[in-house]
Amino acid sequence: MKSVRYEHLALSGRAFYVLLAAVGGLAGIGLLSAWAMEHRGHWVTGMDNQIVWGMPHIFAIFLIVAASGALNVASMGSVFGRAAYKPLARLSGLLALALLMGGLSVLVLDLGRPDRLIVAMTTYNFKSIFAWNIFLYTGLMAVVGVYLWVQMERRFQHLAGAAGVVALVWRLALTTGTGLIFGMLIAREAYDAAVMAPLFIAMSLAFGMALFVPVLIAAYAAGGHTIDEALIRRMGRLLGIFVAAVLYFVAVQHLTNLYAAEHTGVERFILADGGAITALFWFGQVVFGGLLPLALLFGKTRNGIQSRVLTACLLIVLGGLAQLYVIIIGGQAYPLQLFPGLEVTSSFFDGQVNTYTPSLYEIMLGLGGFGIAALITVVGLMAMPFLPASTALGAEQAEAAE
Amino acid sequence: MIRLLVIAIVMFGAAVAASADESRVPFPLVPKAKGEACVRDTDFMRTNHMELLLHQRDDTVHEGVRPEKTRLTACLDCHAVKGASGTPITYKDPKHFCRTCHDYAAVSIDCFSCHNSVPEKSEAARK
Amino acid sequence: MSNFEKAPTCETGPVNRRRFLSGLIGAGTLAVAPGVTLYKYAEAAVSSKVRWGMLIDTSKCKSGCTKCIDACATENGLTSKDRPRTDAQWIRKVDLRDSKTGRTQSLPVMCQHCAEPPCVDVCPTGASFKRADGIVLVDKHICIGCRYCMMACPYKARSFVHETLEDQKPHAPRGKGTVESCTMCVHRVDAGGRPACVEACEAAEHGAMVFGDLNDPKSEISKRLASYPSMAIRADLGLDPGVRYQGLGGGR
Repeated sequence: MKSVRYEHLALSGRAFYVLLAAVGGLAGIGLLSAWAMEHRGHWVTGMDNQIVWGMPHIFAIFLIVAASGALNVASMGSVFGRAAYKPLARLSGLLALALLMGGLSVLVLDLGRPDRLIVAMTTYNFKSIFAWNIFLYTGLMAVVGVYLWVQMERRFQHLAGAAGVVALVWRLALTTGTGLIFGMLIAREAYDAAVMAPLFIAMSLAFGMALFVPVLIAAYAAGGHTIDEALIRRMGRLLGIFVAAVLYFVAVQHLTNLYAAEHTGVERFILADGGAITALFWFGQVVFGGLLPLALLFGKTRNGIQSRVLTACLLIVLGGLAQLYVIIIGGQAYPLQLFPGLEVTSSFFDGQVNTYTPSLYEIMLGLGGFGIAALITVVGLMAMPFLPASTALGAEQAEAAE
Repeated sequence: MIRLLVIAIVMFGAAVAASADESRVPFPLVPKAKGEACVRDTDFMRTNHMELLLHQRDDTVHEGVRPEKTRLTACLDCHAVKGASGTPITYKDPKHFCRTCHDYAAVSIDCFSCHNSVPEKSEAARK
Repeated sequence: MSNFEKAPTCETGPVNRRRFLSGLIGAGTLAVAPGVTLYKYAEAAVSSKVRWGMLIDTSKCKSGCTKCIDACATENGLTSKDRPRTDAQWIRKVDLRDSKTGRTQSLPVMCQHCAEPPCVDVCPTGASFKRADGIVLVDKHICIGCRYCMMACPYKARSFVHETLEDQKPHAPRGKGTVESCTMCVHRVDAGGRPACVEACEAAEHGAMVFGDLNDPKSEISKRLASYPSMAIRADLGLDPGVRYQGLGGGR
């Protein structure tokens, strides 16, 4: 394999500082919101004793799931031997780290006692899938760190394959764990399903790719380069396969749930009666996040592929956030069935659909997570050579096409 | 550069001169507790009270062990500091027993975000 | 600066430097020594010989009566902030109506103190735990406020403290950012008493609530459980709750 030259992000000084201010500002707003929530208490948010996880968790889990998927590009290169993706492994690792740190920041900042992070990182109840996730998240940061190091350190490049395998296995475990956070909850009818694990794997592949491609295109555009259309087309097709996989697992989950009499209540809520939840499911998740991107990515077109892929990426990201809203909020909005078949009323909101109105604090905190991820990405790209020289991309593509 | 050095030496000298008598460093005025030391002697408590607290709380919460002398409410009973009105002051007041040292040492404690910081009986009296 | 006084010299003053250093070495040795022998003063730990439980006879429970709720709030210092969505509720009255038959029931629901508590399984730090005698509690010293246990509880038993609290009851510490639920008045139980809700129901002469040792066949609760049919809410989940109900029925 020809040795690839890697470069820093080619941004002029002024452009860099403007970009830095923008993403730093977004991150800063997130931090400010977190401070307000922690200082005044969570009563200022829209989360309450009925909807305990809200917008911050939607954003955080999106970022964490996307982080795992972003690393997939590197896996395809080093583990599955796809020559076209090999030069992209470093950027994939950086983006994975950035997205993971962004997501974890939001998760930690939303805790009731974020000052006890050290307790969370040193005291583990290993029966808890959440504890496993904390362990897997911090571990992935170390694994990706090592993976990037062995790729960038000439003396250790022969270890990159092994490191890639470790990273692949680790992130599959991590994403499975993230899905099982919901899948292992026996209490809630919308969760409690083993299919949540492979569903989250498919989501990670789709979301990760949907963030990786725009970052790649933007990074090259900053230096005045364009990426070979064949590579874009190839990544677009792969993204389409991932989106189809997500739709498949969503269909399996809901179709099997509909079959069981005990689950028809929650299914009717999500698929028909749920108001905002139903709208987000059909229009946000299925149409905008699934069918439209598929049409864009697999539709016959001779030119404009880059704009179609970028549009599809945006739709997939928005659809992904809608999907997580349906999963997280929808699962909590539907009341717990303590007394199946009976009408229930109480002073603690039993027996009724719970409503959720996110406050500005939560939305800002969630967006702050994107800001932190973007900040890490921008600074990383400027500081170290993560981007393959633009000529290398086309050359690799030509080789792989034979 | 030389000027900076000269200023530093002069300041150091002034500090040494000022501390020629005993008052070198301000020391917190720790309020005297009611009665004698009932858990361990004062020196031991000064250096190890945190260990006792951190360990005992686990025993109490997880095992239900509630020894009379080492209950937090027992500590508060003897170490209560009375305010101007004659009633014990809460952790909000800098003269609270725990704050006299903890403010000085700048070691923040979060016990009283959950625990009441005045003795049980006076708490009942206040209601 | 009335809080400060003149500093002591090395020999005089409350903290003698030499004594401090030797005390530190001594303390270091002590800290390394097994804590069990050093710090266990009195009282044995609770054991699994006892399993605390409650039995609620819903036929004696009237809709509209909130004696148990009020007693719990008073006992544990649960103050309302006039924000029902975020106010803590450790116990609540639930009113049921079977639309097919028209039968109505009323019952209090609180933490069910399961033998296999899902909240304990999911807590990442182990703050949610089950005591040896069956009472399920939150160790608020290590709770990080992630609210995962609230997601996991099938009975919606847990509340999150959404604001800074003051004037907590000394026997029921609670604070912002941690999760809490019915403790079965563990501070009373450890002193040989009964939960406040049970006492209040008895004082109001409704007698719907019984508290006792499920492992003791001679206790009143065991005798009643042996004589009359009873059930647990969501028994299908297999959690073996410590709170049982008599007189519940209907629905699917």
